[in-house]
Amino acid sequence: MRIFDPHIHMTSRTTDDYQAMHAAGVRALVEPAFWLGQPRTSPASFFDYFDSLLGWEPFRAAQYGIAHHCTIALNPKEANDPRCVPVLDELPRYLVKDQVVAVGEIGYDSMTPAEDTALAAQLQLAADHELPALVHTPHRDKLAGLRRTLDVVQESALAPDRVLIDHLNETTVKEAKDSGCWLGFSVYPDTKMDEERMIAILRSYGPEQVLVNSAADWGRSDPLKTRRVGDLMLAEGFTEDEVDRVLWRNPVAFYGLSGRLNLDIAATEATHEGNSILRGGA
Amino acid sequence: MTHPHTARDTPATEPAGTAPAPGSPAEQRDRLTARQGTPTPATGPEGTPADLHHHLTTHLDGAARAWLDQALDEAAAHPGIRGPISVWELRLAEAGRRCGAEHADAARVLIMHSARAGTDALSRVYFQGTAAERRSVLHALPHLVEGPEALPLVEDALRTNDTRIIAAAVGPYAARHLAPHHWRHAVLKCLFTGVPVAEVADLDRRAHADEELARMLRDYAAERTAAGRPVPEDLHRVLTLTDPTATPPARTVRHGARGTDGKES
Repeated sequence: MRIFDPHIHMTSRTTDDYQAMHAAGVRALVEPAFWLGQPRTSPASFFDYFDSLLGWEPFRAAQYGIAHHCTIALNPKEANDPRCVPVLDELPRYLVKDQVVAVGEIGYDSMTPAEDTALAAQLQLAADHELPALVHTPHRDKLAGLRRTLDVVQESALAPDRVLIDHLNETTVKEAKDSGCWLGFSVYPDTKMDEERMIAILRSYGPEQVLVNSAADWGRSDPLKTRRVGDLMLAEGFTEDEVDRVLWRNPVAFYGLSGRLNLDIAATEATHEGNSILRGGA
Repeated sequence: MTHPHTARDTPATEPAGTAPAPGSPAEQRDRLTARQGTPTPATGPEGTPADLHHHLTTHLDGAARAWLDQALDEAAAHPGIRGPISVWELRLAEAGRRCGAEHADAARVLIMHSARAGTDALSRVYFQGTAAERRSVLHALPHLVEGPEALPLVEDALRTNDTRIIAAAVGPYAARHLAPHHWRHAVLKCLFTGVPVAEVADLDRRAHADEELARMLRDYAAERTAAGRPVPEDLHRVLTLTDPTATPPARTVRHGARGTDGKES
């Protein structure tokens, strides 16, 4: 089973996780820029983080035969802190980088005017840089947050089929699907989705434009949840081709909209004694 | 450009073999294989800018060649640092997806050369760059900077733990300018992190009769031995080079240099 985790925060994970992910079939991942638990207080702190997503973290991933790409953005929570907002002005120089495959995570946290501004500005940046966008939906007041998100997407220069709406669940999936956006589901140990409910959603809505991620980070989460969903899909009668579609081809198709995906590590890692892992520094 | 890997829509297949169970011997072997690969860095582009240009024009496809020609013309016409980002800096950022990862280093070195980038411009590109861009700046230094003024970039690179960057840092520019203390630590860092010492430019000349380096190597070998761990093959090779009476060995060995533990933290 080949797996592309389309949303995981490896900065917060250990090499044991990389090892276990590779053993479970993960060959590619996307790490969206997000908050780190501890609030940041200056743009410089973001820049070091972005540089890490474009330097150190891909190197760590390559050591375990996993292709690493990232998305870059000012996240909605920290968009509310005026000390952090100048990050927006520096995003263009990051959005041209080879390994940046989307603008993200953007979206709403508390649905404030500052979040409105940051979301609209960053959807425009995505359109300007010919990148798709990864849009987080809020934890609190989720359905209202989804509707407001879809309104802003509708008004933006970005077509819905270049937008991935993430952290969906039973209450938000229908409206998100009707909008024509890609559908992201985060499978967590306690919150968000679980494996069984994911199967039920796949039965109801089909595998088209559906992406499943672990969204593993510094909180209670599990980087192998993608594999667990794949295993349960097979046990529940889905075909291997459907599993491959959800866990590999859909993320490749969505992030491939950037024209910047390079999956050479995943393709060659087993056949070149590992030397290819570092070829080209991808 | 449409990358060949972005449109993949094949039926379910295992791209890299069946994943073994975590902790199984097969899995551990896989992991060792993966880790063993990591210390071997991508060797940097070699030769003069003219050589690199010739190599790229014979290896790039038509679209990539046209892109590169235009990027080089733009860089030559609008060199230096302009505004928040110069056109040639934009071209550096996209060189990987335009030319393919295996040609990106050479393309970037040529663009910096066309832009006649000096220490200030190279520093901005380095400190605002991805790992791949930083590596290309290090490769460009010997072609673009005469004196030691770009040494802070080399010293920054030698503080990282990214073997691709460390390998690029110990090239001809470091051989020319790095002070003895820093240079010796760079050699030791290669041994620690598993960067083959064949990557160290001018190793024979700089190691020759370096008693202090010999002492550091012997101490490191003693530490490894005391811990019951193997002494890297490359250590003996460098130690031989430090002998004032020794004839330097051939300089073409580029393989077989497994690091001690691939980690220095």
